Amino acid sequence: MVSLSGNLLYVAFILYLIATVFFAGSIKDKKGKQLEKGPNKWAKIGVFLTILGFVANVGYFITRWIAAGHAPVSNLFEFTTFFGMCLVGAFIIIYFIYKTPVLGVFALPVAILLIAYASMFPKEISPLIPALQSDWLHIHVTTAAAGQAILAISFAAGLIYLVKSLDQTKATKSNFWLEAIMYGLVCTLGFIIMTTVFSSMGYKAEFNYIDKFDQEAQIEYAMPAIIGPNEWELLTDDKFEPLLAMPGIINAKKLNTVIWSIAAGSILYLLLRLVLRKRIGAALQPLTKHINLDLVDEIGYRSVLIGFPVFTLGALVFAMIWAQIAWTRFWGWDPKEVWALITFLFYAAYLHLRLSKGWHGEKSAWLAVIGFIIIMFNLVAVNLVIAGLHSYAG
Amino acid sequence: MNHVKCECGHVNPHGTILCESCGRVLVESEKEKKLVDMRYEGSARRSQTYNKTFIDKIWNFFSSVKVGVWLIVITLVASALGTLLPQEMYIPPVMPASEFYEDQYGWIGKLFYDLGFHNLYSSWWYLILIASIGISLVICSLDRMIPLWRALKAQRVTRHEGFLKRQRVFGVTEVNLDDSSQKIIEKLKAKRYNVREEDGNILAEKGRFSRWGPYVNHIGLIIFLIGGMLRFVPGMYIDEVLWVREGETKLIPETDGEYYLKNNEFILEVYDKDKDNEAFSEAIEKNGMVAKNYQSNVTLYKKIGETVAGQEQELEKVKDEAIQVNQPLKFESFALYQVDYKMDELNQMTFSLSNKQKNETFGELKIDLYNPQDQYDLGNGYSVEIMSYFPDFEFNTEGEPTTKSKVPNNPAFVFKMITPDKQDGEISFVAIQQTIEPFGDNDYKLDFVGIDTLNVSALTVRKDLTLWILAVGGIIFMIGVAQGSYWNHRRIWIRKVNDEVWVAGHTNKNWHGLKRDIELVLEDTGIKEPEDQVQKEEGQE
Amino acid sequence: MKKRRLVMRSVILLILGAAVAYTLYANFTKEDSKKVVMGEKAPDFVLVDLDGETHRLSDYEGQGVFLNFWGTYCKPCEREMPYMDNQYKQFKDNGVQTLAVNVGESELAVSKFTERHNLSFPILLDKDGQVQTAYKIGALPATYLIDKEGKVVKYHTGQLTEEMIKDFMEEVQP
Repeated sequence: MVSLSGNLLYVAFILYLIATVFFAGSIKDKKGKQLEKGPNKWAKIGVFLTILGFVANVGYFITRWIAAGHAPVSNLFEFTTFFGMCLVGAFIIIYFIYKTPVLGVFALPVAILLIAYASMFPKEISPLIPALQSDWLHIHVTTAAAGQAILAISFAAGLIYLVKSLDQTKATKSNFWLEAIMYGLVCTLGFIIMTTVFSSMGYKAEFNYIDKFDQEAQIEYAMPAIIGPNEWELLTDDKFEPLLAMPGIINAKKLNTVIWSIAAGSILYLLLRLVLRKRIGAALQPLTKHINLDLVDEIGYRSVLIGFPVFTLGALVFAMIWAQIAWTRFWGWDPKEVWALITFLFYAAYLHLRLSKGWHGEKSAWLAVIGFIIIMFNLVAVNLVIAGLHSYAG
Repeated sequence: MNHVKCECGHVNPHGTILCESCGRVLVESEKEKKLVDMRYEGSARRSQTYNKTFIDKIWNFFSSVKVGVWLIVITLVASALGTLLPQEMYIPPVMPASEFYEDQYGWIGKLFYDLGFHNLYSSWWYLILIASIGISLVICSLDRMIPLWRALKAQRVTRHEGFLKRQRVFGVTEVNLDDSSQKIIEKLKAKRYNVREEDGNILAEKGRFSRWGPYVNHIGLIIFLIGGMLRFVPGMYIDEVLWVREGETKLIPETDGEYYLKNNEFILEVYDKDKDNEAFSEAIEKNGMVAKNYQSNVTLYKKIGETVAGQEQELEKVKDEAIQVNQPLKFESFALYQVDYKMDELNQMTFSLSNKQKNETFGELKIDLYNPQDQYDLGNGYSVEIMSYFPDFEFNTEGEPTTKSKVPNNPAFVFKMITPDKQDGEISFVAIQQTIEPFGDNDYKLDFVGIDTLNVSALTVRKDLTLWILAVGGIIFMIGVAQGSYWNHRRIWIRKVNDEVWVAGHTNKNWHGLKRDIELVLEDTGIKEPEDQVQKEEGQE
Repeated sequence: MKKRRLVMRSVILLILGAAVAYTLYANFTKEDSKKVVMGEKAPDFVLVDLDGETHRLSDYEGQGVFLNFWGTYCKPCEREMPYMDNQYKQFKDNGVQTLAVNVGESELAVSKFTERHNLSFPILLDKDGQVQTAYKIGALPATYLIDKEGKVVKYHTGQLTEEMIKDFMEEVQP
């Protein structure tokens, strides 16, 4: 069952990749045709593959649920995968409302990156600790993830808007920031590549070090250590010796991973620039040429409108109910809670700015992009860097 | 007061941009614009119209959405800063906060502490921020909801040409409306529109209630904040921790001496690779122990009759219950939660008295560490007297034995061993793994035989009378948000102007849906589908 | 019309302002609410002292009571004990009773401590912590002063000097 589940996820991943190619192809094909007569053949194959992939993805979810006896949303791998799955689900729904293949070109890669990123974390099925043994685990986590996924669609729409509307012939501040987002996505890819490369090589280096409580501790690196831990001592033979050591309070292993990811991402980015001979944003611009900016703006706005209540319900209301039962208080200013509140406040500000201050179009698109960065920060940094009650193993 | 009277005869409040009744543009500057601003139906926002006294100025400050958004953004940034380092309540109790932050995080930690960020969320300025958002919610809602309600109630079917022309969705067709008006109305009704007719002109409207969504959710939020505020009223909220050993019966704090709890047993279970779901075995192997269950089996008692504190009381059993994480024990308005535990706390210690040279033993003494006796008689003229008892022993700075607490974490004794041949007794200091004979070599000694241990459960005692208010606020908020997000307020105006038919449409969101509705309604009527003036404009660029 | 609006706005702002002010006030005095309220009747209790004699607080009505909570492991408690003993001797026949409640230690530990310091005032044993709970005792030493009507008039945590003890006792002297 467990291996079937893993295979289904793999199938879904591949199908999403192929579907993205088809969506991209649908735009190149016969200029402007799909505007009048609905999606062309390429787009139809693309969405068919996406749905097929989604079915496989749901299959992964159900089989893993059966194997574990609890909904697979209890650690970082499971949650992030589920997030990616919801993102695809949200995309399928929005696709059928607005019939916009170009959304697939942007939303699917985000989902693919998420699922790939998830697979970099321990994948074994872990038993539930007492605090997680509650039906609210399923209710709270799935609703919160669904809300975040719908909000993420507005990020994809925002990206499309920016790629299309920004004038790529000039070097502007907006272009710089859009490119920074692209660079960030490439670095995520860098992280995935480096982790996969070193784990397929079976790289392992053990260190003795002094932790932040001045205690001796051991740590195992899965990547060559550029940055070593505090007062390190390499235990494994013939492994790369750190160039630099970090003080005890900094998690050197994680910093090391970040450095590798950025290095790989930077090289990848430079290669892309060399091949494309222009900014990634500029290279993507032709993909967006047939879409109407106003429609993209509306897709972005609607996904915030649909996602915001779902997110509030899952990440705040259900979260509070469960926290009252499991942790004795509905709110305790745990970092994860605070970041859920920050996400809530941010989208509340988005809605107010849009409704009352008339922030449409480009401003709104930038806000959608920032909103997604906040969601990702909550998913990645709050779990891995800022320790709290929600910290998952990883 | 200078009201504005429109050509159509309707009297509008001062500051109105679009006539509440016919929609004619009343403000000159707005006439230049291609499209009218429909956000509040062009109604007069009260705050902008009076700005005389100090009170009005405060009012207008909080009535501004710009101020509201700034408050949200400042709260957002402040909240984020507070998560940089752990809050004071989450730091380990190894040293005071004033030292902890600097010790652990260097100058950043010191700055964090000095700025008061270690207790950010209960700092006065954070509370003021939240309170300001609350005030802004009340005033913004009041200021916008009433005029909007007026405007929507007063709207007429026949709208002014200038109003229709300046709608985003607008089209003109030279055709006679009367031929198809019946068909249109039927179709509109089939699409669940409310249709009003006047002189052959049509106004179709649906989903008006979605316009109240924002105000409903603001009311929910205000109720929620009131609930949060009530928590500070004494007696509304109780947060205590009760440590209770196995076998012990303790008074539950804050129950006015009414309720007692006996801890029968504390259970800690971990996942077993062989017995539990085999899918877990990889994770268990990797992470070592994974806790499966923390459970206190308790009995709740209620006191019978009137007694005062300290008096022997008669207890009546209320119920037996197993308190687990996620399964608190509830009684009256209280809930007891499993929050912590201590395994194997020392309870009893057993020693045996023996003669050092002959290795003969003369009986054992079992000491209850929570209530040791003065003297233990072993028979045959052998006895042991406890001279001093240090439950949590340490040497103080002067080198004297003392106790750190009343909990027997590290018990130590000064014994006097009285034996038939040493009637005056021999003194021996006995601690764990350590024996000192202060007055030279003794003939007798006390050997450590064994210990009995007990587990201790920590339970949080919680009462929170604000929960139902928070729940009501939360439900109203969610209803309001759903109302405003999942329904749209759509209006379609169809008006005869000379030989032409003018069609205009407005929606507060989802223009796509509105256009689809109009397309369906106008099918086969000879009336052209109106154009989206925003998209047309873009296409031209 | 205009005037009515101003009144309405003033009233709403006043209510909101008052609510905020109260919340802030309550937030900064929330530590205070964790003890017995001053001026209220002190919770009655019955405890047995080391000599086996029963003391009921309400029996001391008509006298002032110096009610001290302490533990043998608490250094400041140990230091103030001799001062309390001196003042006890001064005031016991002048209308102020001293009661020292030990916070649930073993009788052995308490009696050895009392012998060592040669204390003469009644030492009460609160074995199951009921009286501590009633008086919401946290940090030690903690001292309550109760007047002749049985009302709490003062609360102090931390070590007392002999001077302070004397002043306190004079305060509740009938």
